[in-house]
Amino acid sequence: MENIADYLKAERSQEWRAELRKSMKAKERTSLERVKMLEEDPNVRNKNIIEVNKGLTPEMAIVESHRCLDCPDPTCISGCPVGINIPKFIKKIETKDFLGAAVTLKETNALPAVCGRVCPQEKQCELSCFYTQKLKKSPIAIGHLERFAADWERNSGKMSIPKTEKHNKIKVGVVGSGPSGLAAAGDLAKYGYDVTVFEALHEVGGVLKYGIPEFRLPNELVDIEIETMRQMGIKFHTNFIVGKTASFDDLKAEGFQAFFVGSGAGLPRFMDIPGENLNGIFSSNEYLTRINLMHASNDEYDTPVISGKHVAVIGGGNTAMDSVRTAKRLGAEKAMIIYRRSETEMPARNEEIKHAKEEGIIFMNLHSPTEYYGDEKGRVKQMKVQKMELGEPDASGRRRPIPIESSEFIVDADTVVVSVGVSPNPLIPKALKNLKVTDWGTIVVNPDTMQSSVPEIFAGGDIVRGGATVILAMGDGRKAAAGMHKYIQEKITAN
Amino acid sequence: MSKILEKEFFSKNVVKIVLEAPEIAKSRKPGHFVIIRIDAKGERIPLTIAWADEKKGTITLVVQKVGVTSAKLSKLNTGDEIMDVVGPLGQATHIEKVGTVLCAGGGVGVAPMLPIVDGLKKAGNRVITILAARSKDLIILEDQMRGISDEVIVMTDDGSYGKQGLVTAGMEEVIHREKVDLCFTIGPAIMMKFASLTTKKYNIPTMASLNTIMVDGTGMCGACRVSVGGKTRFVCVDGPEFDAHQVDFDEMLTRLGAYKDQEFEAYQKYLQTVEA
Ligand SMILES: Cc1cc2nc3c(=O)[nH]c(=O)nc-3n(C[C@H](O)[C@H](O)[C@H](O)COP(=O)(O)OP(=O)(O)OC[C@H]3O[C@@H](n4cnc5c(N)ncnc54)[C@H](O)[C@@H]3O)c2cc1C
Ligand SMILES: Cc1cc2nc3c(=O)[nH]c(=O)nc-3n(C[C@H](O)[C@H](O)[C@H](O)COP(=O)(O)OP(=O)(O)OC[C@H]3O[C@@H](n4cnc5c(N)ncnc54)[C@H](O)[C@@H]3O)c2cc1C
Ligand code: FES
Repeated sequence: MENIADYLKAERSQEWRAELRKSMKAKERTSLERVKMLEEDPNVRNKNIIEVNKGLTPEMAIVESHRCLDCPDPTCISGCPVGINIPKFIKKIETKDFLGAAVTLKETNALPAVCGRVCPQEKQCELSCFYTQKLKKSPIAIGHLERFAADWERNSGKMSIPKTEKHNKIKVGVVGSGPSGLAAAGDLAKYGYDVTVFEALHEVGGVLKYGIPEFRLPNELVDIEIETMRQMGIKFHTNFIVGKTASFDDLKAEGFQAFFVGSGAGLPRFMDIPGENLNGIFSSNEYLTRINLMHASNDEYDTPVISGKHVAVIGGGNTAMDSVRTAKRLGAEKAMIIYRRSETEMPARNEEIKHAKEEGIIFMNLHSPTEYYGDEKGRVKQMKVQKMELGEPDASGRRRPIPIESSEFIVDADTVVVSVGVSPNPLIPKALKNLKVTDWGTIVVNPDTMQSSVPEIFAGGDIVRGGATVILAMGDGRKAAAGMHKYIQEKITAN
Repeated sequence: MSKILEKEFFSKNVVKIVLEAPEIAKSRKPGHFVIIRIDAKGERIPLTIAWADEKKGTITLVVQKVGVTSAKLSKLNTGDEIMDVVGPLGQATHIEKVGTVLCAGGGVGVAPMLPIVDGLKKAGNRVITILAARSKDLIILEDQMRGISDEVIVMTDDGSYGKQGLVTAGMEEVIHREKVDLCFTIGPAIMMKFASLTTKKYNIPTMASLNTIMVDGTGMCGACRVSVGGKTRFVCVDGPEFDAHQVDFDEMLTRLGAYKDQEFEAYQKYLQTVEA
């Protein structure tokens, strides 16, 4: 840790940074207003899949970068799960060196264009920003600036392909191509390994592809990142389920020395209430997969989807927001969120909640479904919901929802999307008998190296955390890559 | 990409396809299935691995034309490629020696029954196979089944071949004649429902292989869910075989119809474009 602090200090005392700090008074900087993201009109965008946020112009980004005080103790960095050198990249923007800003981001974050769009900044860097903490003002728009720099680099056509060490011909496998797997693969390739990523689905990207919708994270953006990784020599093997198509032993026999498992928390949970298996009731994974991965709403594609006029989405996380906003775009007259706690407890990103409201989503907070009723064809048509109130905080620190007796009433709904969480994917734990897992099915790892109880297997992302964020998954992938590198090198020297 | 190495029509609507898929051929066991997607705009559909040749690196699928994807598949020729094939999926059939096993297969369900019959026979069971279909031209794989079963009974609804009657009539006949220790049934959901009701009367343990609608086939979406013994289970990862007496077949039948209107419309549109 000490050398990181030293490194940050040394970077900060470089002449160009010192000059820049002097070029404008702190008072002037703090008097600037936080930039506002350019957005599509809510009543236009809720009928198409165009990205909602349009990004910042260079002028806007430069003005925003002036707000940053380049603090001697940059608390924002401690709020970032991968420790991006935030003041440095922002100051690069201030000097109009946008490509330099992107390079800074990529020192620690493999996918800044993705993170700039989907990270819950208000709970991370922007929460620990000096403005939020001490000045009680709106924080620096760190997420918007991150996205700006990454987009600038991509659109400039000068995307750098990360340098890789000399190829060492040692084969390593990555299971799953979500953010954790991609981050691990990227670093392993940089260390010089022969990396193959195995993915069960027909597309690379994990939740970035099948879960998060186009209007929030265009697929094209993910594809460009993956293309860069291909150019680094990383191989992608889609339609390959490790533990099914081939076992770890089969792969070891083919020469694979170590594995990173980033198989995610893919299993949808249901609530186990009467009528839940009626037609028209989906898990959010199914609903979003049909639309995002299979393109069901596009007539040219064969996969069908049911999406009605009155759509109820159960839950308050990002997945729920993505589902309900998708339903609206597919033509729902009423697209409702039914959430058992209040807005304060909602786990979704603030921006998604704001956008959902603008787009005409109805919020029924402090309500929970208790039963579904179908028509004669077995399609859901109504649901019974119960009112809730908040009690004492529970283990998660959020106030516990308590049902209010005799408060049930009927709501019309011809489509229901259940978005109440996911469980770890059991494929890998099932395939490896001696792998240590928790009672919840997450893989147990050493938090410093991400090594599991099976020495050659490392793991990270949702399969370890049981459902977290893109940035945490990527951080895990990078840490694991370092752990694997050390493990393999030690094994080589020992022999 | 998987190349089609062989193709043969068993009947007007049932086609056998041999695919190049060396990894799957090596790992698969009886009862496993694959999910295929023909092209970039196609849907993902589940198909049982009827049999496989590990040395040649091939798997064989037997497909009945019922809608757009199966029709497109039956139009492909030797040398053509299928964009995505993933597997083997599901739990393999649990095969052990139990005594006499009655295998009741209906329509295209006869194909996935083949490796099960083979496995049961090799494990030392007496295997009686019933092949059922609406009429003679829909009976498939009779010779292959005769080669590996102790006895084969053919049933047709219209009596155009074998005995006239439903699969359940054939089952009753065997059950009245001798002691049956276990039953397997694979076929249309409605057939499995009645096969299951039949064996329930006689308390004969029965396994049914369920063919629900699927998307990913890896447990990620829940499209394939069914109620078994009052609990929701995912057919793609917990199945496809379940204790038939515990399965809520009525719910399954309703769920199979979820996209009926869309499927019908898409198929009519497809037929028009093909004929035009
Ligand atoms: C709809 C939705 C919206 C979200 N929004 C946000 C957001 O705005 N911000 C945020 O930070 N986080 C968000 N999240 C959470 C975030 O996406 C996840 O935390 C993150 O994707 C986890 O990454 P991962 O690499 O662990 O796994 P995943 O992204 O889940 O990827 C796992 C991959 O592994 C594959 N796989 C599994 N088993 C095998 C196997 N045996 N062999 C081969 N492949 C296998 C799977 O098919 C999958 O592609 C969202 C999640 C969802 C579902
Ligand atoms: C584990 C499993 C194994 C299977 N193995 C085989 C096999 O070996 N050979 C084979 O021909 N079929 C098999 N099926 C069924 C096959 O997947 C469907 O016939 C196929 O998805 C139909 O697609 P389609 O686009 O041609 O028809 P669609 O237009 O999608 O459907 C047409 C008609 O078929 C019915 N249908 C749709 N999906 C299914 C389904 N999944 N199962 C049964 N009926 C369905 C619909 O109710 C509709 O009436 C299997 C299904 C499962 C779940
Ligand atoms: S098909 Fe998606 S969970 Fe079974």
